[in-house]
Amino acid sequence: MATETLVAPTGRGRTQRPRPGSRRLRALTRSTPLAPAIVLLGVFLLGPILWALYGSMTNTGLTGYRAAKPEFVGLDNYTQLLSDGDFWKSAWLTVVFVFASAVIGQNVLGMALAVLLRIAPKGLASAVSTLVVVAWVMPEIVAAFALYAFFSTDGTLNAFLGWFGLGKTTWLITFPLLSVILANIWRGTAFSMMVYRAALSEVPAEIDEAAQIDGATGWQRFSRITLPMIRRSISTNLMLTTLQTLAVFTLIWVMTGGGPGTASSTLPVLAYQEAFKFSQVGYGTAIATVTILVGAVFSVIYIKVLKPEVD
Amino acid sequence: MRVRTGLALGTVGALVVTLAACSSDDGGSKDAQDTGTRTITVAYQKTSAFHQLDDLLQKVKPEFEKANPGVTVKLEPIEAEEDQYYTKLALMNGSKSTAPDVIYEDTFQVMSDAAAGYLLPIDDYVSKWSDWSQFQDAAKQAGLGVDGKTYGVSMGTDTRGIYFNKQIFAKAGLPADWQPKSWDDILAAARTVKAKVPGVIPLNIYAGKAGGEQTTMQGFEMLDYGTGDGKGLHDGDKWITGDKGFVDSLNFYKTVYGEKLGPSLDVALDASVGSKVSTELFPKGKLAIGIDGSWQPGGWIAGDNKWPGWEKTMGYAAMPTQDGSGAGTTSMSGGWLLSVGAHTKHPQTAFDFVADALNKDNSLTYDTTNSQIAVRKDVAADPKYLSYNPSFKFFSGLVATTHFRPATPDYSQISSNIQVAVESVATGQASPEDAAKKYDEELEKIVGKDAVSAAG
Repeated sequence: MATETLVAPTGRGRTQRPRPGSRRLRALTRSTPLAPAIVLLGVFLLGPILWALYGSMTNTGLTGYRAAKPEFVGLDNYTQLLSDGDFWKSAWLTVVFVFASAVIGQNVLGMALAVLLRIAPKGLASAVSTLVVVAWVMPEIVAAFALYAFFSTDGTLNAFLGWFGLGKTTWLITFPLLSVILANIWRGTAFSMMVYRAALSEVPAEIDEAAQIDGATGWQRFSRITLPMIRRSISTNLMLTTLQTLAVFTLIWVMTGGGPGTASSTLPVLAYQEAFKFSQVGYGTAIATVTILVGAVFSVIYIKVLKPEVD
Repeated sequence: MRVRTGLALGTVGALVVTLAACSSDDGGSKDAQDTGTRTITVAYQKTSAFHQLDDLLQKVKPEFEKANPGVTVKLEPIEAEEDQYYTKLALMNGSKSTAPDVIYEDTFQVMSDAAAGYLLPIDDYVSKWSDWSQFQDAAKQAGLGVDGKTYGVSMGTDTRGIYFNKQIFAKAGLPADWQPKSWDDILAAARTVKAKVPGVIPLNIYAGKAGGEQTTMQGFEMLDYGTGDGKGLHDGDKWITGDKGFVDSLNFYKTVYGEKLGPSLDVALDASVGSKVSTELFPKGKLAIGIDGSWQPGGWIAGDNKWPGWEKTMGYAAMPTQDGSGAGTTSMSGGWLLSVGAHTKHPQTAFDFVADALNKDNSLTYDTTNSQIAVRKDVAADPKYLSYNPSFKFFSGLVATTHFRPATPDYSQISSNIQVAVESVATGQASPEDAAKKYDEELEKIVGKDAVSAAG
């Protein structure tokens, strides 16, 4: 994977036509400086993934006999996984969590902020963007504790609602998934906002003005000109936020622990529970491997739908 | 496009890496080195409510270093609630380079950790230790692995019963010498408190997955071992499935949490509920009845959460069996050990540290400050021990009807499934029957069809 990725672009877009023999040699010499990077990627990225694939086909335990002498069990973990109701529930929660907090929440809100900040007065714009970015700068564990304090029963949110005479709601118990979705939006919006601000500043003002002269409304200019022009940024950003959100663990673990019961156990939380609470490291690894596949499916969809390569 | 796919796989791959890194390398080092300059690390648990072991080890460390020149004792307190403590310990033990030399080990984890090759058999060392004969047989038993070898030295044992707040009881018109005769009596008292003393949690019985073993042992097993013939989860060499007592115990949870006699779920399901009960809910008079461990007064007598006058406020009662039949009362006993890690390079030094930490004086200190039931005969007979804590007499008395957890290497995994069953019932996500059925299925997956038998 890594090899193809990095070697493929060499020689593309050149006008000269070298002789076939020397072409291969040239490709080889040109890619030599990449060798260390490829080796590093292989060792630190591909290696662990292959190792995880192997691990997911064993019954390794955290303690007990299985920790000392794990056995190779083939696809048993996967067949067990597919027949497990908890897994399907988790997969569904993951899809909802990713869709609501990353695809909708972070992207739409990030875009809205980026657009609004362009037309806002400079002082206000920098004040707002600083505030938004603070959530992103915080280490995940700190953000998670802050949000736990915000949503918990004696927390800030309830204290605030108390001023208006609204009763105490146990947010993390009654609306666990909604709480973590809101938390993730709060934390991740800054990233999308920054990506979109950068993208918007690349859109040439002349095109926009030309459309304005032709009588296009604000919405038309945004949807017909701006959005198509920053399509590639949107695609990249969607993919990055999706994958980041797919891997969110700390936030959920600190806020709800995946509970109550299994009401907010997304796949990473389920993988942790299986591996470290039920001591089934092999089974937990299988769940993590499935998460890769989910991520790959999301990525392929974005690439196909948004076609970032075509101009 | 390929770049993007690579990126995608890479990001998610990072998730997998974390798990893949957890596979263990096995084999202990046999090049023991017990002279010269050496460092031994001691891994143990410390929380806001449990500081007594830390106090003890802080005291033993300088003494031991002074008596053994060249030795440095590195204390590594793991500041985590019980469940996360086991996980962190298992991860530390997974690699030779991080495995501790001395380990604070729960008795129920011994079989499983010994089977995993994390612990060193110490038979050769205890046989040469003159104090070993002071330990009661039951305490020696608690440190045995499946192979019959000794894997730890007992620090003390415990029992479990019911604590109740006499002041709240007085307001509710309940007697100060309350002793329930059945589960219904407990529920009746809790309902009375709920009706007459608003703002107080009537009854706490641990129900959360995050609480780990306390949910199984102080919670579920206190009920289950008081049902039917009192055999609980395991009989002979078989695990029991389809047990009516199991469903009845879950029904007790359903009643407690369904009728809101218990703490609200945000408290009950939090990992820190144990600490909250002992340092906040009981001392501040916010909890009327709690099923809990004999060590509780240890934190009230001394330390950061000292509670003067606790003995005037708190009453104790034995946990009744379901309908008062059988032995009439029930209890659960466990306890912790100090073990030597299998990967240690200095086994003799590590064992000497264990022996030092659990000599008569230190055992006495620990058993008194942490309200343990002494397992050393010389400590148990010491007048200082007997007069230290007014609750000792009561909780030692519970030993007569106590139960021990099934001693098998699978127990910790099965215990986790009990917690899942309890939490699903307490939150109303599953009926007791369904939760019990799911437990039976998981049980069979863990131990295999041959190791289960249906209740008669």
